[in-house]
Amino acid sequence: MATQTTTGADAFYKQLGRMYGTYAGGFVAFIILLAILEQIGVPNKILGYLFVFFTLAVYAVIGVMTRTAQLSEYYVAGRRVPAFYNGMATGADWMSAASFVGMGGSLFLLGYDGIAWVLGWTGGFVLVSILIGPYLRKFGAYTVPDFMAFRFGGNFARFIAVVVLVCCSFTYVTAQIYGTGLIASRFLGMQFEVAVFAGLVGILLCAMLGGMRAVTWTQIAQYIVLIVAYLTPIVILSTQHYGIPIPELTYGKAIADITARENQMLATGLATVANLKPHIQPFINYSPLNYFGIIFCMMVGTASLPHILMRYFTTPSVREARQSVGWSLLFIFLLYFSAPAYAAFSKLEVYTNIIGANVTSLKPWIFTWGQLGLIQICGKNASSIADIAAACKAIAGHAGVVRLQDFVINTDVIVLSTPEIAGLPYVISGLVAAGGLAAALSTADGLLLAIANALSHDIYYKMIDPNAPTIRRLTVARVLLFFVAVAAAATAATRPSDILAMVGWAFSLAMAGNFPALVMGVWWKRTTPAGAITGMLAGFGLCLFYLVCTRYFPGAGVKYFGMSSLLNAATGAPLVDIAKAMALPNAMENFPTLAHPMANKVGWFDLNNINCGLLGMPLGFLVIYVVSLLGKEPSKEMQAYVDEIRKPRGRTVLEEKT
Amino acid sequence: MAPSPSQANTDAHWQKTTRLMFIHLGVWFFFGYVIHMFVVPLNKIIIPVLGFPLGFYMAAQGSLIVFVVMLFMFAKQQDKIDREFGMAEDD
Repeated sequence: MATQTTTGADAFYKQLGRMYGTYAGGFVAFIILLAILEQIGVPNKILGYLFVFFTLAVYAVIGVMTRTAQLSEYYVAGRRVPAFYNGMATGADWMSAASFVGMGGSLFLLGYDGIAWVLGWTGGFVLVSILIGPYLRKFGAYTVPDFMAFRFGGNFARFIAVVVLVCCSFTYVTAQIYGTGLIASRFLGMQFEVAVFAGLVGILLCAMLGGMRAVTWTQIAQYIVLIVAYLTPIVILSTQHYGIPIPELTYGKAIADITARENQMLATGLATVANLKPHIQPFINYSPLNYFGIIFCMMVGTASLPHILMRYFTTPSVREARQSVGWSLLFIFLLYFSAPAYAAFSKLEVYTNIIGANVTSLKPWIFTWGQLGLIQICGKNASSIADIAAACKAIAGHAGVVRLQDFVINTDVIVLSTPEIAGLPYVISGLVAAGGLAAALSTADGLLLAIANALSHDIYYKMIDPNAPTIRRLTVARVLLFFVAVAAAATAATRPSDILAMVGWAFSLAMAGNFPALVMGVWWKRTTPAGAITGMLAGFGLCLFYLVCTRYFPGAGVKYFGMSSLLNAATGAPLVDIAKAMALPNAMENFPTLAHPMANKVGWFDLNNINCGLLGMPLGFLVIYVVSLLGKEPSKEMQAYVDEIRKPRGRTVLEEKT
Repeated sequence: MAPSPSQANTDAHWQKTTRLMFIHLGVWFFFGYVIHMFVVPLNKIIIPVLGFPLGFYMAAQGSLIVFVVMLFMFAKQQDKIDREFGMAEDD
């Protein structure tokens, strides 16, 4: 029996390697073909469409080919995904539009402080592997709430876990669909709302027919596209500048050049001490508390997000689940350790060729982004030379030379504009767009599946109709997936202003709601259902309260809950004069826009609301510990089950009917 | 009641697993947090040839490399513990 599975798995491995090898080769050939088409004069717009539609078609074909009518295939890909490939799929699942498009830009703006995100979004996998992931694999759940229900006494714990899951995943998926809309509208010239629904179709084709099985195999295809797309432009740029095609090694020189240029800009009056934030100087954008807070919340959040944990339910064994976490981080690392290179190369370009340049001699790529309102010079969108020349002239004493304070760039531009900055052909820009789409779609697939599975498996099957036959369960799963996807797309189409911040919030919410219960459930046998349930409610509740209050009810936070202004990290001065702001007529306004003087700017202990997990998680642990000790020890039977979860050998604890 | 031999085996396995967990958690904490608390003095050291300030480098790349390596090491070490106590899955 054992040998039989091994040989079967071997054949499976070999076939996979050939398949994805051919696919990657085909993709490279396709890029070369488009490059040739560009040289013979095919217009850019057509190249962009070819890129997007070819890649979408491939994902859709994989999605349709891997359709399934089996429950275990639909929910956990039959638990047959080899560690290496699951790692790749997790990489795509993990890296979202924010990682692909936004992170390079954040590092550009924030310098050293931005690295908090790089550290936070990688180190969490250590926690996944040593504390939670492999144990959940041994347990044999279909969803994270499955584990909570089994370990913590039934459907009440299940229900809370589903609430936590939906809260942190829905805003996250909305942001991904928003990202697909943004990329498609920018590169294909589609209307934003149309682009959102086009992205939706792409997502549904991948996920609906084959569930986890289809999502796994498309995510691998998407990973290949996104990593090739991310690395190509900076590899070329690095070769151009320093003669070595490894940007991760050469950007050290770029950083040294940036520092030298910063001093030069200060000396020549192109920048002032007040507006120049030295690239390598730490803790000028985030205070040390918030810097380490972000690292901690993102790391622990990683280990608590259901769409990541459920990827490790799909490996053939516990051993492979552990190896798979290693592969995941390796594939993620390839992108994240390159992101600072994007930031450094872009910053050097901006500091040397834009700052200090005569406004009339700026390069044309600036104006293509300026027309979209993403680059501003002298306070006006940089749509043409004449416009900004006029705008700069209007500033008293302006010498017609761009100063640092004259130049504003949207963070999304950094990665997307790198091909143009480097003067590369349009085909590379199209490639970057396809990569950004792959990143957004793959994460959206994983998140949608997590939400829809929780609703269909946990709510419908486990709580409403435990006798439902397979065919009805699968139908319900697909219908729910469809409706959740449409709801997310409809939300994205309204362009909610908080959407990007909400992605960060999702980590803190997941951390406060899930992490203590998951860890204690595995590592402390004495944890009782009452302890876990009260702990989840308390941790999640406190985190949610802090978020909602500081963002949507800041006046009430100050008046009733003793909140005070957050502080400027560089100077230590309060961000807002609370006494003055409280005297304004809109001080107590509920659900204010971000323009409200106190929204997101008040809190306790100078703690940014993105770090609310730092309040919720310790409370969760404490409540679980105290309430568990007050109650009766869990039954011998339950303790034996916990022992079983801890041993890789043997059958899964939970056996699903299939 | 004295624990049965199999229970003793289970406990020993878990004790070793727990120790490994704390070691890795310690390494994780050091490279995730402690080392970055010294970023300012570390930045005074410039890595030869590459030109990175060391503090910046550790955050942007060094710690990440440590995380990747330690995950593969952990998978191996935990598997060794599982095998030692006869709790590993069949190959």
